[in-house]
Amino acid sequence: MERFFISDHVRISNGQFSKNGNLIFAEDKDEPFTQTIRAFYKSLEIQHPAFYKMDNLSKLGFCAAELLLKDHNQLSLYNSQEVGILLANENSCLDTDQEYVETIKDPENYFPSPAVFVYTLPNIVIGEISIRHKIQGENIFFIQPEFDAEFMVNYANGLLESKSLKAVLVGWVEFYQDKYDAFMYFASSEKSKQNTLEHTVDTIKKIYNK
Amino acid sequence: MSKAYISETNIITALGQGVSANIAAMLEGKSGITLYYDKEISTQSFYAARVDNALLESLDPEFTRFEKLILASINGIKNLKADLLKSPKTLLIFSTTKGNIDQVPSGKRVKLYDSCQYISNYLGNPNKPLVVSNACISGTVALILGKKLIESGTYKDILVLGADIVSAFVLSGFQSFKALSEGACKPFDANRTGLSLGEGSAAVWLSSEKNDQNPALFIAGGGISNDANHISGPSRTGDGLFFSINKAIIESETLGVKKEMIGYVSAHGTATPYNDEMETKAINTAELNHVPTNSFKGYLGHTLGAAGLIESAIGMYSMQQNILIPSLNYSAHGVTLPLNVIREKAEVDIQAMLKTSSGFGGCNAALVIGKE
Amino acid sequence: MEQLVENLKKQIIQALKLEDVKPEDINENEPLFGEGLGLDSIDALELIVLMEKEYGIRVENANAAKSVFTSVKTMADYIAQNKK
Repeated sequence: MERFFISDHVRISNGQFSKNGNLIFAEDKDEPFTQTIRAFYKSLEIQHPAFYKMDNLSKLGFCAAELLLKDHNQLSLYNSQEVGILLANENSCLDTDQEYVETIKDPENYFPSPAVFVYTLPNIVIGEISIRHKIQGENIFFIQPEFDAEFMVNYANGLLESKSLKAVLVGWVEFYQDKYDAFMYFASSEKSKQNTLEHTVDTIKKIYNK
Repeated sequence: MSKAYISETNIITALGQGVSANIAAMLEGKSGITLYYDKEISTQSFYAARVDNALLESLDPEFTRFEKLILASINGIKNLKADLLKSPKTLLIFSTTKGNIDQVPSGKRVKLYDSCQYISNYLGNPNKPLVVSNACISGTVALILGKKLIESGTYKDILVLGADIVSAFVLSGFQSFKALSEGACKPFDANRTGLSLGEGSAAVWLSSEKNDQNPALFIAGGGISNDANHISGPSRTGDGLFFSINKAIIESETLGVKKEMIGYVSAHGTATPYNDEMETKAINTAELNHVPTNSFKGYLGHTLGAAGLIESAIGMYSMQQNILIPSLNYSAHGVTLPLNVIREKAEVDIQAMLKTSSGFGGCNAALVIGKE
Repeated sequence: MEQLVENLKKQIIQALKLEDVKPEDINENEPLFGEGLGLDSIDALELIVLMEKEYGIRVENANAAKSVFTSVKTMADYIAQNKK
């Protein structure tokens, strides 16, 4: 059976932004998420004005993908249809749903916001990452009570084995009421010089639970 | 490798319960889209396709509308035995965009997983349910997942369940998008002005065994893609959807279902100016524009997370019965490229069908269903 | 009119979350869509909401919207003509 490898992984939670276990950027863990994520975005020094329009979930996922794919150029090995994205979370986009409800709940102040409504689907974060990095392969958003490494790894490996994809971004992007946790990694059949971590359930569980 | 056979299906829509009843109504030209006055949903009247409350009455009031829709669908699967539902070799896959959105912010089981787990526990299934929430392609994606998990031998039987409700949340959102039709929607028509919202549910029972089915239908191929262009507007070229269609066809060919055998296309056909145009482009690029095509949305409205499932289920029945159902509210061809939109009922031998879906976030999914 | 234009710029920046843009960066005669601010279809819809929320003016359909939202100046003119 073919083996697959993780070339990089990132984690964003409690104000800390890490890549491959190394702390890359940090803000005060008690700072509101919107400030934390804006500070991180600015540190990236990229031009992506659409960032500011995103809801918190999409900002989180976008930044995780940016941190993951920065400086490594793994994507250049593949064409856009050969790379896919599998993400999951517990609360879907409930935070944004609640924000949207605020725009419609008062009949005296009824102004449904299209800019908020568009983010009331959890897979929009996949859309934002796809647009930014031109990723056009298989993409699915799952809802799980907690990150289900067994399912995600096995499903991703299935896609790689069947050659449905040559590479895949897999992750957990969770945001609810200012609590956030993003974990994302890049798996493919390529071994990178920096990482030779095998893409298995055990490896991913170890990395995620550290 | 096992094949993912379709054992049985059931749907609940504005046109009633059961695929057969739905088709009978469709062949009489009936639409489930009607004008409502309902303060719970909107201060103004609105067009939508809503499920008759009478179909959900017998269910425990403890369940939410979304949960009742799902359970009512399963209840209609006649040959499904309780011990199959309780077997560890049976998986439940749920497909929905907004679940219990009418309960937000502080009602019952606002978290999607809680609601699906609640239903799963009620049915006695021992496995963690798989929950997909991927905009309007969720239903099609759920079937593709089911196919893969049956083929890999992980499960013997899979119940793919999907539902979405008409809600103030979603209606107001589409209104703010100015995406709603004046009146019932008109897929592919020159005078289409937008979509109509619908609600409904479906239960599709996939199995590694053919059972008594003759002819037996199976899911032959699937493809999912992303336009990577815009989060709410479809790509103008239709390339993303074409890629999904092509992927589904390539996969189906490995199971002996060739592209030339596709005799029917169940399109997404939401009747927005952009979707129908994009979809027609994709179908043309796939060289399937001569294949009889319909959209069910003129009859049922856009049922969001349930659409891929409901429409596939009706398509499957079309295949079994070898009938083509007309696409409602299509009179003048309203897309730039040709498309063989079904105008009248016809009886033809359908060897294989294609289902297409597209959704917010730039996602697309396509499915090929074959016949043995 | 000048005050209206200034207010409008601030409101647009806020409504469309143009965080890196200052009012002085926006030329009231330059096209809002296409180049410049890079606004898209969702922004156009939000501008319709802005018109109603801040000025009580309903812009009903997409065709009216195109001419009204060409620039900050055309928006200001439309408001001056139609404000209730």
